[in-house]
Amino acid sequence: MGMHVTMNQLKEVMQDVLDDDSIEPTETMTAEDVEGWDSLSHIRLMVSIEKRFKVKFTSAEVEKLRNVGDLLRAINSKSGVVG
Amino acid sequence: MNLLEDLGWLRRPPSDLRNRCRSLGRAVSAPDLAFDTALIEIASHALDMNQLTWISRLVADRLSSPVDTVLARFKLGLLGSGTMSFISSAIPGSGARHLTLIEVVEGDYGRSLEDALNPASRIRSACPDGVLLALDYRDLHLDMAVTDPAAAAERVDRAFSHLQTVAKNLRPSVKGPLFLQTLVPPAEPLFGSLDRAEAGTPYAMVSALNERIIRSCAEIGYVLIDAAKLANAAGLQSWHDPSQWHAAKLPFAPGLVPLYADFVCRTVAAIRGKTRKCLVLDLDNTLWGGVIGDDGLEGIRLGQGSAEGEAYLAIQRTALEYRARGIVLAVSSKNDEAVAREPFRTHPEMLLREEHIAVFQVNWQDKASNLRAIAERLNIGIDSLVFLDDNPFEREQVRRELPLVAVPELPADPALYPAALAWSGYFEAVTISAEDRKRADFYQANAARTAVLADNSDMDSYLRSLDMTCTIRPFDRLGRARIAQLINKSNQFNLTTRRCTENEVAAMETASDKFTMQIRLGDKFGDSGMISVIVFDKSGDNWINDGWLMSCRVLGRRVEEAALAHVCAAAKAQGAKQLIGRYLPSAKNQMVANHYGKLGFTRIKESQDGATVWALDLDSYRAPSLPMRIDNAELTCVA
Repeated sequence: MGMHVTMNQLKEVMQDVLDDDSIEPTETMTAEDVEGWDSLSHIRLMVSIEKRFKVKFTSAEVEKLRNVGDLLRAINSKSGVVG
Repeated sequence: MNLLEDLGWLRRPPSDLRNRCRSLGRAVSAPDLAFDTALIEIASHALDMNQLTWISRLVADRLSSPVDTVLARFKLGLLGSGTMSFISSAIPGSGARHLTLIEVVEGDYGRSLEDALNPASRIRSACPDGVLLALDYRDLHLDMAVTDPAAAAERVDRAFSHLQTVAKNLRPSVKGPLFLQTLVPPAEPLFGSLDRAEAGTPYAMVSALNERIIRSCAEIGYVLIDAAKLANAAGLQSWHDPSQWHAAKLPFAPGLVPLYADFVCRTVAAIRGKTRKCLVLDLDNTLWGGVIGDDGLEGIRLGQGSAEGEAYLAIQRTALEYRARGIVLAVSSKNDEAVAREPFRTHPEMLLREEHIAVFQVNWQDKASNLRAIAERLNIGIDSLVFLDDNPFEREQVRRELPLVAVPELPADPALYPAALAWSGYFEAVTISAEDRKRADFYQANAARTAVLADNSDMDSYLRSLDMTCTIRPFDRLGRARIAQLINKSNQFNLTTRRCTENEVAAMETASDKFTMQIRLGDKFGDSGMISVIVFDKSGDNWINDGWLMSCRVLGRRVEEAALAHVCAAAKAQGAKQLIGRYLPSAKNQMVANHYGKLGFTRIKESQDGATVWALDLDSYRAPSLPMRIDNAELTCVA
């Protein structure tokens, strides 16, 4: 089985991508809640997550994500499968 | 680790990178040499896309200060297919490691043709120093196979003329070069091996277009960025990322953005004369296996017969190839000098010989001091050095003491050293002139002259013993590339530090209001090639100097005086009263602050910023007797 990615680990990636240490992600947080989280930084975020947690998403999976909670679950279901 | 994708020649980033960026961010408002050095140091890690955006932000802030130290400036327009934002936010961060502060002006998404046609577009109104045209085969409709070869040729024609239209229309708004990028062909086969032979496949059409791009670079003077070659080396299959193309129109895999950005920046840096000049080599376990002082001549591993020995041969071959293209070689090693020189003299397998090495700095001192000594002996900046050493401790010591020296990381296996050095890109060249190829010899000849000087106590008899010929000609087609190169590369002996493009140089060849001089110097040790470029504006009664620069290689040879005698004769003959010279201080040209004073000019003006204006009365000027032959045949013809 793969590792379990925590909200805290995800937070580190988000802070790096958005270059903002004040970000405190929650399950229900969406891109609209965070300044600077636009479509471009979203791509960087997904690329950084894929690299950091060694997962790979399909375009369809990325499009289905509604909030940070979805994102975290998606990472963990992936890392559980491929890990 | 993957050498290319992970920028394997760079150090891994430190864990406190973001904090260090922040503290630099606090200091950016008052930049100095220490700030710039820290910026270069931090950018010289293998940074990912996120980390590059942090550095890019620092670079943008740094650009708003007028202070200049060691970093060149370049405003780069970027026109491409699809989403360019990741590239444009990675380029400034990557540029800093190549000693260049780059500001990127991005074109509008998917509108390269409109951007080029419209003089008010963001790109054109920004008056960039250069524009990079980075188009994608899918955008130029080369992604669908055609059956008929004539139709294929027509597709390629159409794509090329699109490119040309964009380039031609941009031209008047761009101060410097247009960078044309080859198109990266698709990875996946249509037929298979037949793809290359069948003219209508995307692969063949892209290849045909690339050949025309490469040819037009040579013919028209575009600067080539060979993305196709880079992508081939990185692996076409990993270069392309169809998901990202479909989702966000990223032209290639985002993980390769740092590699691509570095590749673009080294070319921009080369345009700004920031290419390194000298490769400093360690000896033990870098040029041969083992330790010469312990293992002796018979014990070191070098040459045919063992894999390790052949690997070291390959490194020496690489060094020799660099030397053949003009990179100066030097040696820095902790050894006894006689012991260290022995393999160069007598080891039968050594490819590198003493005559290839401009400076041997072999002693028991630390490497940083030795690198400083090498730069001094060659009369080049410390930021012109690349240091190759297998020992991580030595590499760190040099990086800490001399952050401006480029120090590539080396893998454990010496077989991989040549690739690491080559891909580091510190010796990127955009043109190669006959003079470049001979540069390593010039430095060697200089070392020989120094030896002669030791035998001649007085300078004048030394100069006479050199048997010099100074050749002075106006600008011409033949000298054009080298003239432009000198104008853009000379920093120290440069009175005005005014840069200009090859096109502007060409215009001066025929301008009736300009008096131009290109000067060569030869002596009994060899030809130094073109070493000085001077331009006077002669539209008024007084001839006013536009630019006066000289290679530091020939300092102290009285070439300046020969040049002055030449221009004075011409100005007098054409009825001028005075010569006017100007000195504009830069971070690097302090050595010529009193250039005109030494030549007998009188200072007539001094401004707050240290700029000075000088005048010389032609009536009272008398040409000195000089220890050289002057060949200025052209002038006698004109006058």
